[in-house]
Amino acid sequence: MNFFLISLIKMGIVTAAFMTTLAYLQWIERKVLAHIQSRVGPYRVGPHGLLQPLADVIKLAMKEGFIPSHVNTFFYLLAPFLAVFFALISICVIPFGPSVEILGVRTDMGLADLSVGVLFILAISSAGVYGIALGGWASNNKYSLLGGLRSSAQMISYELPMAIALASPLLILNDLSLRTIVNEQAGYYLGIIPKWTIFQMPFPQVFSFLIFLISGFAETNRVPFDLPEAENELVAGFHTEYSSMGFASYFMAEYANMVTFCSLATVIFLGGWHPVFPAAYGSDFVPVLLLLAGAAMLLYHGVVQPTQGRPWDKYTMPAAGVIFALIAMVFLAPVLKPILIPIFWFVSKAGFLMFTFIWVRGTLPRFRYDQLMNFTWKFLFPLAIVNLLITAFAVALQGPKS
Amino acid sequence: MDLILFLIFATLAVVCAVSLVVQKQPIGSALSLVGVMGSLAVLYLLLGAEFIAAVQLIVYAGAIMVLFVFVIMLLNAREENPAGRSWPSRLLGIPLLTVFLGLVAYLMQRMAPSMGTVTFGSFNTGAKEIGRSLFNQYLLPFEVTSVLVLIAILGAIVLARKEID
Repeated sequence: MNFFLISLIKMGIVTAAFMTTLAYLQWIERKVLAHIQSRVGPYRVGPHGLLQPLADVIKLAMKEGFIPSHVNTFFYLLAPFLAVFFALISICVIPFGPSVEILGVRTDMGLADLSVGVLFILAISSAGVYGIALGGWASNNKYSLLGGLRSSAQMISYELPMAIALASPLLILNDLSLRTIVNEQAGYYLGIIPKWTIFQMPFPQVFSFLIFLISGFAETNRVPFDLPEAENELVAGFHTEYSSMGFASYFMAEYANMVTFCSLATVIFLGGWHPVFPAAYGSDFVPVLLLLAGAAMLLYHGVVQPTQGRPWDKYTMPAAGVIFALIAMVFLAPVLKPILIPIFWFVSKAGFLMFTFIWVRGTLPRFRYDQLMNFTWKFLFPLAIVNLLITAFAVALQGPKS
Repeated sequence: MDLILFLIFATLAVVCAVSLVVQKQPIGSALSLVGVMGSLAVLYLLLGAEFIAAVQLIVYAGAIMVLFVFVIMLLNAREENPAGRSWPSRLLGIPLLTVFLGLVAYLMQRMAPSMGTVTFGSFNTGAKEIGRSLFNQYLLPFEVTSVLVLIAILGAIVLARKEID
């Protein structure tokens, strides 16, 4: 019974954290895009626009869920459910941290440790296309149908380089369980270079990481591969006919796929929760220093150049600075250290990848459809195979692991 | 617990299989087939064959059925109008089905005592063992199968390509 209780608590924590991340990822995306384009982004709801996600959720939930008369009702309603189901479920095999002891209970940080965790994520992500394809078909609208068609062709095509790019690090790591994979990446070469897969001998997996990342943009339908919802060609693509919660489900599914994908890339290529440099050189103090630097910057901006706006806006920055400093103090507490430090490294790596996703969205234009297909079949796929062959040769030359 | 899950997913598989046949929408049939594949994957999982379950999902639900759905959407297949069935098929259909089911049941009953019982979680072979036996013991069949698939792909390309003068 103890196992069930612990699992239930962990599920609650992960669900709450995941949902909050999804809501705020959208806020962060809007903010980052705004700053790339020299705007301020969401600002009016709450201090510095921080309550914007809440407002968005209320707005979407309160809207009328309109079902057009020309759709196939059953599949029309099923499609967003499928999309969000497959998007949310794969987070349960991601390990967030090592096994820790909390209040005398020893438990792994992460929900389930499948012996075929990598394959599970591949299976779920390949099933994710049904939500989009079906939504496009059931809407009975030519723009939606084109969006659905494009997404299924695109996802089938990009799954190949993605799976092959995943196969080469697996040759080195020699296991399919995500937790074992992270444990394999512990340690440092020459005491300083981390043994992450992108640096690991015999053949550093930089190319597979890049191929994996590029295919990930296509798998999550993000710019520059957002052909299924290309606004200037297809109105809004597969979700043209959706309103209210149906639209919100697709929106949530996109962000959930992004989070899962970034976590998977972190786990397989970037060493999961292992720090960038050894704890002997003080890597445990990196979060504290980073947070204190952030706090100093916020305080400086808040005090020296107070924000012009509503009367209370000038307190926002200093208050955020103080909160940052307090969080930094929390990282110093010795009791919480074994829990918070791995989480910090995991979140910062995955967060950096998510930032890259947003960054690319703010920078690159969209591909044309034929360019998209030529790129994957004539460039990415052969490159992934060559990379796999070289890795296999290197692993074979190195001989079996001791 | 295992038994309850088995009953749920076995029922689901049968219901999906029936729905596959009776559905009028082609896309409904395709999705029912996905349901069958998914339920079978769960049954494999209950037997302990995690690798087979994952591969079942990736290959069938993830690749083949997506292609089916893609083609159905591309051709924009509409609801089928049931063509009038001929009188021999109406006359013979149900008796033949009964005989077939009876035959299957009889054979199962004859074979059952000579086969051992299967318990949940008994096929506990990991991906490593499967890979090893695939590349040691069954190397020749494996390679021959891949050559066969290659020939099929080449044949499809030859059939589909446009004649160039």
